Amino acid sequence: MNVTLRVWRQKNSKTPGRFVEYQAKNIIPDMSFLEMLDVVNEDLIARGEEPIAFDSDCREGICGKCSAVVNGVPHGGHRGTTVCQLHMRHFKDGDRIVIEPWRATAFPVIKDLVVDRSAFDRIIQASGFISVSTGQAPEANSISIPRVVAERAMDAAACIGCGACVAACKNASAMLFVAAKNAHLGLLPQGQAERYRRAFTLVKAMDEAGFGSCTNTNSCEAVCPKEISVEFIARLNRDYAVALLRGSGREAASSAD
Amino acid sequence: MKLDPKIPSGPLQQKWERYRLEMKLVNPANKRKFDVIVVGSGLAGASAAASLAELGYNVKCFCFHDSPRRAHSIAAQGGINAAKNYQNDGDSIYRLFYDTIKGGDFRAREANVYRLAQVSVNIIDQCVAQGVPFAREYGGALANRSFGGAQVSRTFYARGQTGQQLLIGAYQALQRQVGLGRCQMLPMTEMLDLVVIDGQARGIVTRNLATGEIASHAADAVVLATGGYGNVFYLSTNAKTCNVTATFRAFKRGAAFANPCYTQIHPTCIPVSGDYQSKLTLMSESLRNDGRVWVPKSKEDTRPPNQIPEADRDYYLERKYPSYGNLAPRDIASRAAKEVCDEGRGVGPGGKGVYLDFAHAIGRLGEKEIRERYGNLFEMYERITGEDGYKTPMRIYPAVHYTMGGTWVDYNLMSTLDGLFVIGEANFSDHGANRLGASALMQGLADGYFVLPNTLGNYFASSKQSKISHSHSEFRKTEDEVKARLQRLLSIRGRRTVNSFHRELGKLMWDKCGMARNEKGLSEALQRIPALRQEFWENVNVLGEGGELNQSLEHAGRLADFLEFAELLCLDALTRAESCGGHFREEFQTEDGEALRSDERFAFVSAWEYQGPDTRPVLHKEPLVYEEVKMTQRSYK
Ligand SMILES: Cc1cc2nc3c(=O)[nH]c(=O)nc-3n(C[C@H](O)[C@H](O)[C@H](O)COP(=O)(O)OP(=O)(O)OC[C@H]3O[C@@H](n4cnc5c(N)ncnc54)[C@H](O)[C@@H]3O)c2cc1C
Ligand code: FES
Repeated sequence: MNVTLRVWRQKNSKTPGRFVEYQAKNIIPDMSFLEMLDVVNEDLIARGEEPIAFDSDCREGICGKCSAVVNGVPHGGHRGTTVCQLHMRHFKDGDRIVIEPWRATAFPVIKDLVVDRSAFDRIIQASGFISVSTGQAPEANSISIPRVVAERAMDAAACIGCGACVAACKNASAMLFVAAKNAHLGLLPQGQAERYRRAFTLVKAMDEAGFGSCTNTNSCEAVCPKEISVEFIARLNRDYAVALLRGSGREAASSAD
Repeated sequence: MKLDPKIPSGPLQQKWERYRLEMKLVNPANKRKFDVIVVGSGLAGASAAASLAELGYNVKCFCFHDSPRRAHSIAAQGGINAAKNYQNDGDSIYRLFYDTIKGGDFRAREANVYRLAQVSVNIIDQCVAQGVPFAREYGGALANRSFGGAQVSRTFYARGQTGQQLLIGAYQALQRQVGLGRCQMLPMTEMLDLVVIDGQARGIVTRNLATGEIASHAADAVVLATGGYGNVFYLSTNAKTCNVTATFRAFKRGAAFANPCYTQIHPTCIPVSGDYQSKLTLMSESLRNDGRVWVPKSKEDTRPPNQIPEADRDYYLERKYPSYGNLAPRDIASRAAKEVCDEGRGVGPGGKGVYLDFAHAIGRLGEKEIRERYGNLFEMYERITGEDGYKTPMRIYPAVHYTMGGTWVDYNLMSTLDGLFVIGEANFSDHGANRLGASALMQGLADGYFVLPNTLGNYFASSKQSKISHSHSEFRKTEDEVKARLQRLLSIRGRRTVNSFHRELGKLMWDKCGMARNEKGLSEALQRIPALRQEFWENVNVLGEGGELNQSLEHAGRLADFLEFAELLCLDALTRAESCGGHFREEFQTEDGEALRSDERFAFVSAWEYQGPDTRPVLHKEPLVYEEVKMTQRSYK
């Protein structure tokens, strides 16, 4: 099949970008979306044009590197699917496909479809962890965790840090990403000691990184390739409120460690 | 070059403990005077960088990914082994040690493997404390599953995302140190060369992938945790950007490369569907716990799988290896699949596939239970193939998956270059000629959390490093070489794309040096690789500039190294005139087609020393001395 692509091309963060149209010919339905782009790129190089820069690595939906807004929807709008796992069998001959980068102030474009997502790392650096150093761990089975709790924590921990939630949000909020981390660690007994302080610091780091605030439109959940639930956002709000009540916020804000 | 494995004296069970007691320590106040470079942020690199920073060393960690969390370790699905014996099924440190040695076809170093089995138990403790949400029993205890090559259930897992969860644990520990200012993280920064001064590894030269800036970084020790080289085959289960550059550059600077021909072909991957294919997808080995592998008995049988009655099916693994059945080790299961497909009994397009059937397990346990155990794997299969694995058997075929070979290291994980340490999949150490499932995650974390933090301290405390800054002339010289090479790649402007060369190299390697190898094919590959390399340097087309993000340039640099490394791999495969583990030489097989080792001639580690461009490297041999176990012919029957 043949499709027409409108792709965002942008040389670097300083140069303004624009859409450029390309024809993708002889596309096989079993190809993945990124394999289709590979084919287009091989063509472009043969014609002496620079290939489209786009991110990908595992191509299995787990590393979180691929990121493209396809026809207005981050990752292309198939439930629980990253764009690397999207296949051309979902498109028809003659389709027009618009491909853009994640758009958010906190994720500046590096080139074409590639954006800088280091803001997520800065959030984790602030408090997205349990403070335990190598060698300090007790025997693993001395911490008993009910299966339902472990599974719930795993639901949150499944986040791949791709940033689709931010790209989908009209406020470019990172609330789902932050809430998932907060729930992953805060649901587990190991994470209780720092629970409220963590919630407070995570939200603070998110604000500082330039993400917008959450107005509960739930568009993040709809595009999340790991189907992370907005219920975790409610949990984060509760933890954050407790932190404020208990003054954990002040404690967190004043301590460096 | 002298290969001294530096194995401590004493009985096997006591070596590591005794050695740790004898080690010299660095005084806490002095630790921050030592600069350590860690290249790589996968399980090995992240765990090492975090642990070293916690100890107080001054750590700089590099990765070429945009975030350390994206290292290829993230993709590991099935699980991690540990000798906890939580199932009370007879497991022990000794049994894990023995299984690993036997699984590696008696080509690994005893002392290293024993240490690995010992620290495996600490890894699980550490990960749980960090908040890794391992699967649990209803009672709240940790759950286990079985993996190939073992008759006990010792694999810990987090759904089908074990690597992701372990990496997130290590990544968070690393980020905590970054936040505390004890470790500097440099993502999107690729090491393009190693700097050696007076025989010691003293730093690296890097390229910032976003800006193209070339920079030097000096240190008192360099740690490579840069993963495996499976992508020399182009198609593999590895992430697209996995490459050999760091360890190959180190090889060219004097670090011997060991056993490059030990490559692992994984039996359960989704078959290739076309020429455009960019990578292959693994279906976790854990599926073999409940899935049964079969092909039709007759090659004329073209009925759809559900219409083929039991009597006309050949469950060939269960037939040939009754005691391990579908859980036979990977090398054996892969070759068995190739064998039935070569006989013409393969299924699916091109006859390159076998069935992995869950009908019996679904009948026994119900679809719900299977969904709980492997749901995400079934979904992934459906996404890629458009088929429903609950209704019709999956089709699978072997694919390149893991590389046991790597930089030669001694018991301290130090290479033949003073001050250069290599950990994780990048080194050669613990898996011999074949790695057992769920053991790579174990090894990466053992190296990073528990081994290197000890041995590196001992190195600092017992050897002398003069302070060197990155303005030393050797750094300038290396920078100039790196820049010249990039410039050369950008100026060829030939007619072929980088990818087309990579694909061609991969096909050649798969055909001549894949699941089965022979002298004729390997000799042919050794002729064709230099020719392909020459064509690459004359005819590759890398567009764009060096001063900004340029993915073709990145790929070209990595491929240029693969094009040299491939030759070393084939040379090693040709030299090892025996079959062992993942290295199967058709000339050396038993009557029933199993790998035929030659312990008299080949019970050694091959460590290759670089001799200069277009010169044959020199082979050094580290004899494998087995004090504890007896080398036997591996049997899984
Ligand atoms: C699909 C799949 C499933 C697997 N499942 C399992 C499993 O269930 N159990 C198991 O035990 N093992 C499994 N493995 C194997 C295991 O995942 C790997 O062997 C292991 O994770 C490797 O970890 P590592 O830290 O050594 O390297 P990697 O995770 O590959 O990390 C390499 C790091 O080095 C960096 N790097 C590399 N080169 C450079 C350079 N030149 N400059 C700067 N940075 C560089 C990268 O950015 C990255 O951060 C699986 C492998 C695959 C492919
Ligand atoms: S490329 Fe890894 S999630 Fe898409």
